[in-house]
Amino acid sequence: MAGISNAIYQSIIRRNAVFLTTIFAGAFAFELSFDTASNKIWDTWNAGRQWKDIKPRYLVKEDEDDE
Amino acid sequence: MLGRSLPRVAARAFARQPVGKSTRASSTAAGADAASSPFYLTLTASLATAAAAGSAAWYYHLYGQEAFAMTPAEEGLHATHYPWVHQRFNKTFDHAALRRGFQVYREVCASCHSLTRVPWRSFVGVMHTVDEMKAMAEENEYDTEPNDQGEIEKRPGKLSDYIPAPYKNDEAARAANGGALPPDLSLIIKGRHGGCDYVFNLLTGYPDEPPAGASVAEGMNFNPYFPGTGIAMGRVLFDGVVEYEDGTPATTSQMAKDVVEFLNWAAEPEMDDRKKMGVKAIALLTGLFAISIWVKRYKWAPIKSRKIVYSPPIGPRR
Repeated sequence: MAGISNAIYQSIIRRNAVFLTTIFAGAFAFELSFDTASNKIWDTWNAGRQWKDIKPRYLVKEDEDDE
Repeated sequence: MLGRSLPRVAARAFARQPVGKSTRASSTAAGADAASSPFYLTLTASLATAAAAGSAAWYYHLYGQEAFAMTPAEEGLHATHYPWVHQRFNKTFDHAALRRGFQVYREVCASCHSLTRVPWRSFVGVMHTVDEMKAMAEENEYDTEPNDQGEIEKRPGKLSDYIPAPYKNDEAARAANGGALPPDLSLIIKGRHGGCDYVFNLLTGYPDEPPAGASVAEGMNFNPYFPGTGIAMGRVLFDGVVEYEDGTPATTSQMAKDVVEFLNWAAEPEMDDRKKMGVKAIALLTGLFAISIWVKRYKWAPIKSRKIVYSPPIGPRR
């Protein structure tokens, strides 16, 4: 345990620039992963109910009209 | 000294009085003993309780109840509650149903009811494609800006235009509907007690003929869910009035359900995003709450588990 925390301290926290960069990068990474995951869960809950699920039906029809 | 002794003197003076009384009570033994016997004490307490409860009940009966000036018929029948899927906390609108509901609105409701707060553009990406909506908007004429001669001409509608009302103004609407104003439907779900349930019940609740004894005014229709039961709007949804493009059987209840969901969307177009944000916020805040509990316990652990001991000095060192 001490080894891990020491490694974290030495690699990330010791230099302020590295620490700050880690925080910013971590925020971006968390935002991206959280949004992706929660959107995926939301779409599973609402499968077939949203516009993006029924949109293809109406787009295909238009293409046929154009041709 | 004086300050401390004064109350004591007063207390003694008061204390003496009961003592005198008790001696007198002991001399007239029989009555006092009877009065303080458990039976009479219980009886007195019971009677006092009954009197208090009774007067409170009488007072509530007289003044506490809500006064209803209207009869139940005038209040309207309470709407039956239906398990609307789109009202669950994690469900969006069923956008196919919204599309069907808009079709019902256009083909049935729109001949009398306006939807003035909804622009054509708000349908794009919700239930129609851009091209469909552009075509639909162009079917309507709108006033242009005044031209060089100051004349206002007509132009086809654009996506940014709002859905035109069926009547020029409220007076025209009243004149065409026997004095009754068809309400604007943009916010009708928010604007009526019972919301979706009420509108659905109203649309599907017309009996074939009014029940015996009900008085229906000239030109009015009977609907038990409408406050007062006399409604100027007649039954409009019959099986097969609309032919759905996706092949859904257009029964009365199906059309009513679709149009109610559509009107709910018109009143709350932000609902899908709002619920999604809510779910995300709850998930994040749950995590943060757990972390805050952990931090609190982490910080308090040494304080809670330490022991404070007072060890008195053993004696003079020297």
